[in-house]
Parts: sequence; C-alpha cells; structure tokens
Amino acid sequence: MHIQYKNKLNTLFMKYRSMKYPSMTYPLYNQFISAAGFESPADDYLEARLSLDELLITHPAATHMVWASGNCQQPRGIFHKDLLIVNRALEPRHGDMVVAHIDGQLTCKRLDIKNRRLISSNPSYPSIDIRDGQDVSIEGVIPFSVRGHRGWP
Amino acid sequence: MIGIVDCNSCYASCEQIFRPELRNKPVVVLSNNDGFVIARSKEAKALGIGELQAFFKIEGLLRKHKVTIFSSNYPLYGDISNRVMTTLNTFSPSVEVYSIDEMFLDLTGIQEPMNSYGQRIKKTVWQHIRMPVCVGVAPSKTLAKLANKAAKTYDHCEGVCVLEEPYQWQWLQKRMPVNKVWGIGSKLTKRLAGLNIHTAYDLSRASPKAMRRHMSINIERTIEELNGHPCIPFEEQPPAKKQIYCSRSFGERISTLAPLLQAISTYASRATEKLRKQKCLVISIHVFLHTSPHESNYYSNAIAVKLPYPTDDTTVVIDAARQAITYLYRDGLRFQKVGIGLIEIKPKKQLQFDLFHAGQSKKRDQLMTVLDSINSRYGKGALHIAASGGTKKWAMRQQYLSPAYTTRWTDLPVIHS
Repeated sequence: MHIQYKNKLNTLFMKYRSMKYPSMTYPLYNQFISAAGFESPADDYLEARLSLDELLITHPAATHMVWASGNCQQPRGIFHKDLLIVNRALEPRHGDMVVAHIDGQLTCKRLDIKNRRLISSNPSYPSIDIRDGQDVSIEGVIPFSVRGHRGWP
Repeated sequence: MIGIVDCNSCYASCEQIFRPELRNKPVVVLSNNDGFVIARSKEAKALGIGELQAFFKIEGLLRKHKVTIFSSNYPLYGDISNRVMTTLNTFSPSVEVYSIDEMFLDLTGIQEPMNSYGQRIKKTVWQHIRMPVCVGVAPSKTLAKLANKAAKTYDHCEGVCVLEEPYQWQWLQKRMPVNKVWGIGSKLTKRLAGLNIHTAYDLSRASPKAMRRHMSINIERTIEELNGHPCIPFEEQPPAKKQIYCSRSFGERISTLAPLLQAISTYASRATEKLRKQKCLVISIHVFLHTSPHESNYYSNAIAVKLPYPTDDTTVVIDAARQAITYLYRDGLRFQKVGIGLIEIKPKKQLQFDLFHAGQSKKRDQLMTVLDSINSRYGKGALHIAASGGTKKWAMRQQYLSPAYTTRWTDLPVIHS
C-alpha cells in the first residue's frame, strides 16, 4: 500500500517536472505519505498542487521574465534585483507598470496615457514626456514582480 | 482552407526580440562554428549579403556597414518557435510544425473572412512574441506555400495572401518559376524544362497521370495540389525519423586521437538521446570522419557497425562509436569533422526478441530514464558519460553568442528602472 502512495507522489512530481517552465510547488495536502499500512482517508480528495505559474503567468507564450536593476520605481514597490514578469498579451492601461523601449534603451516605467508620459516613481529620477516622432514602444506590461527576501539562490 | 505561417528571417528576428534597438537594422546569424551566414534581416539582405556566404569572406563588408553579428543560439530559437506554435494553436485546433519557422494550420470551418483572419494571426504573433510573420492561405498545402511567397514578395499584400479562386492562383502561377513550387528541386526543374514546363502555371496544366508515368507519384500530387485539390495530408505528429545524424566541424583542426574520441562520444550521446525521445532502438550505426577537403592529402573514411543487440543505451552506442573511430583514425592528419548516424532504427514496441540474446536489460532502461530526466531538469549535459570529457577544446566557435534569454535564469535580460 505504501508503495502505491509513493508511486502517486512520483507521478505527481513527474507531472510538474515535465512542464515547460520550472515551477515552484507547495503542498496543498501532504498527509498521504505518512500512512504506513492504512489507506489515507484523504486519498479520495487529492487535488493537484498549486502552481505559481498558473497564478502569475496567464499567457505562457507571451510572457518572459527580466531582472530589475536600479531603484527608480522603489516607491511603487519594485526594488533592485526583483524578478519582473513581463506579459506582452495584455493591453497596456493607464497606470500600468510597463517595460518601455525608449531611444535604444529598455526601461521599467509607469504608463501615464492621459499625459503621454512615462513616470519614474522615485522623485530623484526624471519622468519622460513622449514627443511625436520619438522612437518609443511598450514592450510589455508587468502584472507581477517577485522579491527574494533572502536574495536569490 | 489551409494556412501556412512563416517567420520572416526567423533566426535574425529571434535575436531582435530582446534587443529592440536592433529592429529595422541589419542583423546576420552565423551557422554552427561561425562558418556561414544562415539568416539575414531584411536590411542585411538589402546590403547585398547573400545566403550561405562564408563569414570570413564578408567580415569586412559586415563591419563596414555596422551589421550586428550573432552566432546561432538554438535554445533561444527553439523556445521562440514553441511560443509561436502555442499562439497559433489559439487560431486553429490542428497545427503542423513543418520546420522551426514554418507551421501549417487547418482553417476548416473558420467563419471569419480569411484575409482578416490572417491579419489577426500576424498581428497577434507580433504583439505576443515580437516575431514578424507572413501568412498564406489556400485550399491545398502547395498553394498555401505559393500564397506565402506572394505575401513575402508583394508589399500591398501586407504580409497576408489568400488564394480562394482559381483565377487568383493562376495569376500568381503564371508569374512564378516552377522551381519555386514546393517539392520541385533543381534536378526536377531541369527535367521539366526539357518538357517545356517553366512556370508553376505550365506545371498545373500538365496531365497528372502522364507526369506520374514520366516521373513519380509526388509530381502527380503536386499538380493536383496546384489545381486546388489537397493531396498532401496534415501531419500533426511529425513522423519518427528513419535516421538520426549528429556531427559538427571542429573549432580548430584535431590531430590526436583523444579529443576525437571525446567528440564522437558527445555526438553519440546526443543522437541516442534523440533516439529515446522518439521511443526507438538502434541496430546499426554509421561513423565517419574527414580532414579538410581544401588541404593536401585529404582523407575521408566511414564505417558501419552493427550493435550487439537493438538498444537505446548511450554507453553501448558510445562504446561502438569509439571503437569505430579508433579503427578509422590515422596518425599525422588534421581532422576537421567527425560524426555518427544511427542508420537502422526500429520502434521500441515492434522489437523482435533474439533467441540467443536477452537484449537490453530493464536496469539499463531505468538508468537511461534517470539520465534523461536529470538532464531535462538541470539542463543539457548536467549528467553525462565521462567519455565525452569535461573541457572541450575542440568545441564550437561561438564568438557572437547571445544569452539564452528565456531558458536560463542567469541569462534573463536586465532592465534598468
């Protein structure tokens, strides 16, 4: 019986391993390994583990990740070395945090559609007015950012 | 209707995705070992840089025009191609990946006008992935390929060409030389010229039955397809390869045995890994090596080896390949290339058992499964057979390699905020 449970655990892991993106998994229900001989009463109620991918990456084909550098969006909660999720499938909205391409540089700014501006949240950095004819493109919306409070492995 | 979506200058466009400052600029991508130009952006083509030109011959020209040069970065191209395929799956229930940069779509039953549907595909792939594509739509695969050529050639198509009526494809066929037709190679073109067939239209008017007797069933199919009758079936699952080859030219010439053995071991493991992926066993292998044909006393030799039993065990294949190389090796020569081909392959399921040999043991099966799962989890080559060596002096030259932006944590782009 124990072996049967173990196999189930393995198939569960195999499933995650075969996914396209490396995913972090947290046990939703972890009781079934402990049973040594008795069938777990939880057996019939097992659900798949939660996956961060499912939550943060709504459009896998249109999403990539970047590292943030610098602290000009610090007041808005993006710190140096944060992991930014960039989704190109989302339509940029007023107030969105975006990755913008300005004159050959990629940068992370807040989009102010009403005033045609890209805002740096930290007052010690300038915001950028978009002039006509300037080479600007929005490369993607940042719906989520992830911070490693112990740094990254 | 069948659609084909083709990535424009695929590898060059992949390199531009995470380098937006390079869009609309000349970019070239070099082959493995930085030997030849294998992809050029539109702007690079406009500078007169030809397909497959040797890099060392045009390096000066590239520098003069400030062309950005890249070594080929297959992890990146593979991932981007995968993303394109996933996105296309939202437009059609069945997508056939024909090559890394071309995909057929079954568009049967789509109610939206084909032209606007094609434009929507093109726009979405650009918005989601930043890959520029051209779309061709027609009743057959061969016509769809023709439509795709038109979408690339004529600016007013705006990247999408739909051929629904015979007058539309006939107009195009009259302007298309026959060698541009899918499946018509240079040999066939010559034979067709002898029959006074020069354009795609001439071919479409030929009698399919008579041409079949003259040449082959394939030409009959092509003629039927050119007239809007689909004959070439949709293949969602790519057919298993009948042979698997793995070989490379060296970054520098090799004149001792040890690095040759290392190289052949590496290629043997790679080929066997592919073999396991398509769930097959190998019975015979083909091992070859040669020196540079441009140098004096050119030496080239090859040998086929029958393995002791049908297997997908990396160690067995490596062992045979090493023996073969030792046999083929000659002292005092400077080798340019070695390679291995798995030439006789059988699906694992159809294996016939040998009366006198038990075949591959379960234990080896399990070992190979573990090897593959460790490598898929921790990256290619994380666990390898020691014979393929550690440091690889003979490895490829990749001087202009871009980061693996989407497949390695350390290579993610850094964005200044």
